[in-house]
This record gives sequence, structure tokens and C-alpha cells, in this order.
Amino acid sequence: MLLAQIQSAAPIPRDIPLPLPAPEWLLITLLVVSFILHILFVNLMLGSAVLTLIYEIRGRKQPEYDGLAYEIARTITVNKSLAVVLGVAPLLSINVLYTMHFYTANALTGTAWILLIPMIILTFLLLYAHKYSWEKLREHKGLHISMIAAAVLLFLMIPLVFLANVNLMLFPEKWLTVKGFFSALLLPNVFPRYFHFLCASLAITGLFLVWYVGRKQFNLAERLPQFEKNALRKQFYSLAFGVSVAQFTIGPLVLFTLPERGISAKMVVTILSGAVIALPALWYMWKEITSQEANVGQHLYRIAGLFSLVVVAMASGRHLYREEALADHRTQMKIKTEAFERASVEALKERMKTLGKEHPNVGNMTERKALALQKGECETCHHPVEWNEEMQAPPMSFLAAHTDLSPPIKAGASHGETVFVQNCGACHAVDKKLIGPPLTEIAQVYNEPNGIVTWAKAPGKKRPDYPQMPAFAHVPETDLKAVGEYMLQAGKR
Amino acid sequence: MDLPIFHLDWLNNRFLIGIIAVLHVFINHPLAVGGIAFVSTLEWWGRRTGDARWDKLAYRIMTTFFVITTTIGAMTGVGIWFSAGLVNPIAIGSLIRVFYWGWFTEWIVFVTEVVLILIYYLTWKSWTAQGDAKKRSHIRLGFGLAAASWLTMVLIVAILGFMMDTGTWLRDKSFFSAFLNPAYLPQLSFRTPVAMMMAGGAGLFLVVFFTRGDREFRMKAVRAIALWQLCWSPFAFLGATWYANIIPSTMIANLSVANTTQHFAEWFSIVKQLVLYVTLGGMVLAAWAVIRPQWYPRAMYFVPFIGFLFLLGHFERVREFIRKPFAIGNYLYSNGIRAQDYPLLQKEGMLKHLTYISAREITPENQVRVGKELFMAACSRCHTINGINNISSNLEAMYGKSKTWETDVVANYFVAMHKTRTFMPPFPGNDDERKAIASYLVWLQTNRDEAEPAQSSGVTIPKTEQQPGMAQQR
Repeated sequence: MLLAQIQSAAPIPRDIPLPLPAPEWLLITLLVVSFILHILFVNLMLGSAVLTLIYEIRGRKQPEYDGLAYEIARTITVNKSLAVVLGVAPLLSINVLYTMHFYTANALTGTAWILLIPMIILTFLLLYAHKYSWEKLREHKGLHISMIAAAVLLFLMIPLVFLANVNLMLFPEKWLTVKGFFSALLLPNVFPRYFHFLCASLAITGLFLVWYVGRKQFNLAERLPQFEKNALRKQFYSLAFGVSVAQFTIGPLVLFTLPERGISAKMVVTILSGAVIALPALWYMWKEITSQEANVGQHLYRIAGLFSLVVVAMASGRHLYREEALADHRTQMKIKTEAFERASVEALKERMKTLGKEHPNVGNMTERKALALQKGECETCHHPVEWNEEMQAPPMSFLAAHTDLSPPIKAGASHGETVFVQNCGACHAVDKKLIGPPLTEIAQVYNEPNGIVTWAKAPGKKRPDYPQMPAFAHVPETDLKAVGEYMLQAGKR
Repeated sequence: MDLPIFHLDWLNNRFLIGIIAVLHVFINHPLAVGGIAFVSTLEWWGRRTGDARWDKLAYRIMTTFFVITTTIGAMTGVGIWFSAGLVNPIAIGSLIRVFYWGWFTEWIVFVTEVVLILIYYLTWKSWTAQGDAKKRSHIRLGFGLAAASWLTMVLIVAILGFMMDTGTWLRDKSFFSAFLNPAYLPQLSFRTPVAMMMAGGAGLFLVVFFTRGDREFRMKAVRAIALWQLCWSPFAFLGATWYANIIPSTMIANLSVANTTQHFAEWFSIVKQLVLYVTLGGMVLAAWAVIRPQWYPRAMYFVPFIGFLFLLGHFERVREFIRKPFAIGNYLYSNGIRAQDYPLLQKEGMLKHLTYISAREITPENQVRVGKELFMAACSRCHTINGINNISSNLEAMYGKSKTWETDVVANYFVAMHKTRTFMPPFPGNDDERKAIASYLVWLQTNRDEAEPAQSSGVTIPKTEQQPGMAQQR
């Protein structure tokens, strides 16, 4: 009962009335899978930047770490490019699956959201400048380190904007209370999730580096002569192990700060099974770190496999939460969207009827149910018309091309007056100067409607104190003539 | 209508998309779509002639292209989506529903492109050092990458064309009729050679910096690049002609009744002249550089590239302009409202159907306030209160600065607004709402006001609907 009440205080927008481009399960699969790929490279890019900074600072006292920092920095070029390009698919999918929720969150945090673009560009440029100036700035380490420090600082801010968005989109009942990005940031769950993400980045980067420096192609003896391979791999294992253990306190915090509305048994079980799978991964890491043997890294693929399962479980749990949290709201949106759609089609049909009277042969077409497809031209305004009986809605191209999208005007007006109000009334009134001269003045200049027709088709500029009139060559001549007649008659009165 | 209104009052919302999109095109056309084909050709030429200076030049140009495309180029591409999602979310949201698989395919091509560009650039030096067989593979890789870069354009241009002319999609709502819209192929055959020529322009620009102290080689490089441009220029000219001929018929399908408005005719003739001058001028300059590179003036290393940027920028502006009053031809107006919904909104009013609004009825007390909210809902995609294209300056131009504006006169203007200013959509609300907006605009003549956009002021719904337990039964 309480849940229903919370829900009703939330704004209910209508959805975009176009069908989903594929079955929902397929879109969801694509969303979850492509998001995991995207976030993997985001993690590597962020984690590597942080480690580069730490090791380069350490390198000032222990020069071998400067070399290590450089090797890690070199990996960012590939990882950051893949992170960006892999982000396109989940962005596309979240756009179709959660259209209104996502755009609402975007708009409510709009300034920060759009600033992401220059922020990320700046970060990437800093990273390139940092990587390519390593030798040149060897004598200016402070400056060199400040470049990577600035990049890391930006990298640490960027996830907050994304997290504020994907968090806000889940809670429509908060939409009325949010005033800008910072208030969205303060909603529960944003910061616990942020630290969860940072730790994941370091853990994944640690494992990545265990693999990276251990490869045969990576000539450690030549590139980092002061390091011993097993010791270095153990060092990266220790990093991954440490932050993974920390996740066992941050993880529950993320879970407990989630608003309970989206929590379901299915979701909790999925998340917990992820945590359980993480335990053997930790055990294998521990074995690697404490191993006395020469072959550190023998369990790496096993650990990576287990962690992949953990990530799949966590991302699936995330998705289950999202579905559950938004289920009621989406149902209400659907009802509202369908009701609006019916009303829209009704009003349109009604308008088409009136229109049919003004444009008789088109009007008749809409009445003729027997014909599957009618093609022709409107005799009143010479616009091509196609009318398909099987269509639910009348032909929009015809409607949009006609006068009928003008707001309706008073009943009983003559044809000339109707066309006048819809085309000329914006600038001309009977006895008052609006933008152009009043009809009383026009009626003194012209004796018969043809002069007005000629002028309206290609107006010049006669009066220095008036703006030039736009051409009305698109209005059929018969209509212009009717307008001319009306103008003279109304202006002479 | 259904989303919080993001609004940049000082800059104008369209301007935001404009800056990001134009920057993206300025990078994407010369440095990616045309750029890779250009660099691969240089690398191929270097291997053929056996002169290592070509390879060095190609590598340095590639470094520049690589750094710019993988930072500003890539992120402004994402930025177009971000900004469109803020400024006209219904338009981009609808496009994504129609073109999901088109974009998804494009994504696969993008991933291929990025993977190849990383391999291509990062292995350049090591593969070159490994001997001729490896060098040949590297060159082949370059041409493969060039094809992938071009494919991204093949896909995206379909969507750009669709926004201008939806073709038969309105009837059958099928992906392929949307994809193969009338403006598609002409636009693609214009953009492709222009991208190639621009890549040459960018190359010429960089040659100045990358051939310092070697005048003999510089002359050779200038000549080769000019030859590249010269080869593409007839195609650019033909593509431009085809495209220019298709635009009017596209617009006839779009605009209210077959008309070419003053504005459109002016813009169109300007762009036609511009295309003529730039492509022919580019051709003449290139011919000059091929025949007499030693007499080619230094300033002219920069002029072709800047000329092409100017052409492309103008071209995109016109393309955006002639799309008006629609965001998606005949389907969705630039205010984010579907053409189909007009009869309903005009009959029942926008207030009844807007998700975020402070009241559902207009009273003499709330008229100005609600008028402002309606202005934001119906007009703020193109107009601002105080910034670029601000509404007060529009009204001043029409009704005079010193004269007192009148609510009835302004409200009356909305009736025929789309007939006199054919780039504007018709008014989407009822009579009371017209008057409410007019009263707000007239109030602006004597009062200073600020926009209260969603990104800083949040959103509201009527008080009566905020109570828990009172569902919105409308």
C-alpha cells in the first residue's frame, strides 16, 4: 500500500509512441552484455591512470617505479579508446529501453551531463600529453606529474556524473525534489556505488597487470630490468586482493543504501551468488601471493573466469533491481501513453472530417472504406495525397501540408476571411497597424483584388518604416483572390 | 511535453548541438573518413618510391590525426547524442527507435574502426622495421581501416537524410524505407569526395610543419597532395550537383504546400554558389600546385582547408535550416511535438497534457506564470528569454521598441505564425494558451525575467497532484 502511495507522487510522463526495435529480452541482453564490456575498459582506463600517478610519484625516490609507471601509462591509449567506443552500444540500448527515465535524469542534471564531453576530451588530451612528454619533461617531473594528477582528478569526477544519472533515473518519486546535479548526487546510494566502482577498477587493473607483465611478448628484462617478474606479479595480485576484500564491506553498504522498492528476492539471490563466487577467486589470489614457487600466475585464468562470473552476477542483479524499481511506474506510463494515443487519433479523425468539407475530394477519400489505397491530388490545394485504409491514422503528410494545423478559427467566417486570418492576420488588422498596414489603408491603395494578389505573390518594399512582407506565392491564387476580396470589403467598411 | 526542459538561455539550445556537431564533422570528415584513405595512400606511395621521407611524413600526419580523432573526434560524436538527448529528446529518442539496428551496425563498424586504427597507428614503426612483407601488410591494413572509416559515413548519412525527408517511412514505418530515403545517396556522394578533398587540405596544412628545412621534398609533397585533391574534385562537384538538385524536391515534400520561401531561396542560392566557388577554387589551386609547386604561395597551404571547413560548416547549417519546421520530416516538429497530436492539443490544450506544469487551468492571477511555462514548453527549443535569438528582440523587430506591445496582437500572431514564418511550427495549443504566452511576452517588455531551466531549478507538477495517494487521473 505504501509503495503505491510513493509511486503516485511521482510524475508520470508518456512514452514515445513508437514500438521497440526488437523484443525486449534481446535489447536487455545487449544492454547488459555491452555494458559489461564497456565498464571493463572504463575500469582499466581509470585504474591504470591512478596507478600511473602513484608509481610515478614513487618513482621520484625509487627510479625503477618511474619505468613501471610509463609501462602502465602506455596501456591507457588502447583501453580508453575501447572504453569510449564500447560505450555506444549500452547508450543506444538504454535510450530505447528506458527512454523517458534516462532523458529525465539527463535533463535534471543537464549541466554536469553535457560538461562530461569537454571533461573527457580534456582528460584524454592530458593523458596523451603526459605519455608523449615523458622523456622531454624528465627534468621537470613536477610539471609532468601534475598532468597525470589533473587527468586522474578528472577521471575521479566523471563517474559521479554517470552514477548520479543512472541512479536518479530509477527513482521517479525523487524527480520533483532534485534541483541540479549536486542534489542528485546526494541521493542515497550514489557514493557507496562510487566507491564500489573505484575498488572494482583497481582490482581489475591489478589482475590485468598481472597478465600484462607476465606475457611472453612483454620483455621484462629489457623494459623493467630492476623488477623480478614473480615479485611484480605478486605486487599486482596484492593490490587486487586488498581492494577485493574491501568490496566485502562496500558491497553490503551499496545493497543496504538501495531504496527498498526495487529489492526483490531474485535480485538479492543474484547479488549474493556473485559474492559467493568471489570467495574462491580470493582464495586463489591468496594462494598466488603466498606461493613460494616460481610460476606465479598459474591460477590467473581461473581467477579471471571467476571474476567474470561475479561481474555478470552483479550486472544482472543491477538489472533486476532496475526492472523491479521501475515496474509500477512503467505500467502507469504505458496506460497513460495508450490513453493519449487513442485521444490523439480520435481528435485527428474529427479534424479530418472538418478538413474533408474544406477539401472535398480528400474528404470523400477518407469516407470510402472499400478502397485499399487511394492516390490523387487535393483539388482545393493541389497537394498530392495518399490514403491507405489499413492505416490507423490519416495521412500525416497531407495533414501537415494543409492549413488544418492552424489553430481553429471562428465559425461562420467566409473562405476569404478564413484564409486571411490564417495567413495574414498575424500582421494585418482591419483598422490598426500591427506589423503591416491596416486593411482600411490597403483598401485605399487597391481598387480590385488582383492588385493585392500580384503584390502578395512577390512583395517589394514600399514603406521605409515597415519591415518587408514575406511572399505568399505558396497560397493558391484562388485563395489569394478570395483574401483580396475580403480585404477590400472589410477595409472599405 | 513529457520531459523536464533543459534550457541554455544565454547560448540557445540549437547552438549547443550546433557547436558540438560542427566540431565533430570538422574532425570526422577530413581526419577520419578522408584522412585514413589519404594517409594510407601516402604510405603506399612512400613504399613505391622507396623514399623514406614519405613514410615519415605519413606517420607524422597520422599521429596528428590519431590524437585528434581519438579525443575530440570520438567524444564530440558521443556529444551529439548527449546534447540531442538534452535539447530535443523526443526527436533523438524517436530516431533511435527507428534506427536502432542501423546505429547498432554502425557501432560494430565503429569498434572495428577503433581496433584497426589502434593496430594501424601503434604498429606503424615496428612493422616498418620488420621488412617489406610486413610493410605491405601494414599498408593493406591501412586501406582496410579506410574502408571501415568510410562505412561509418555510409551508415550515418542515411539517418541524416531521414531527418530531412522521411520518404515512404510515414506510410510503412519500415527500417529500410527509412534507411533508403530520397536524400540518402545524393548526400553520400557529396560528402565522400568532400571528405577526401578535405583530408588533402588538412595534409597540405600539416606539410608546412612537417617538411621544415627540406624544400625539395616539400615541393614533391605539395604536388602529390594537390594531385590527390584534383582527382577527387570532379566527384565532389558531381555529388554537390546531384545533392543540390534533390534538395528542392525534398523540401517541397516537407514544407507546408509547395513553396520556396524567401529565406529558403536565399540560403539555397548562397550554398549553391559556395559549393561552386569552393570546389572550383579548390580545383584551380590544386592544379596550380600540381603544375608549378615552386610558385605555389605559402598562404595557399592553409586556404583550401579553411575554405572546406567554411563550406562544410555552412552546408550543415543549411541542412539544419531547411529541416525546419520539422525535426523529423512531416512527423515531429522542431518543438518536439508530433504533427499527429496537434488536433488534440489544439482542442484540449497543452496544459491538460504537459507532464511538468504548475497548473492545469489558466486564471488571471497565474496567466503570466503559466504563460512562461508554456513558452518554455512550446518555444524554448529555438527561442531564449535573454540570450541568442531572444524573443524580446524578435518582438521589438516586429512591433517596435518604444510602442507598447498588445497581448491580443501578439496572441493573434501565433495563429498565422507558421504561414508567415514557414520555418516555424504551427501553434500547438488552444486560444487561452495563446493568450497566456502572449501575456507573458508582453509582460517581458517591462519586466526582466530569467529562465528557470530543469537543470538548475528542477521540475514541478500541480500541487493537487503532489499529494501521496492522489494519482494523476487525467
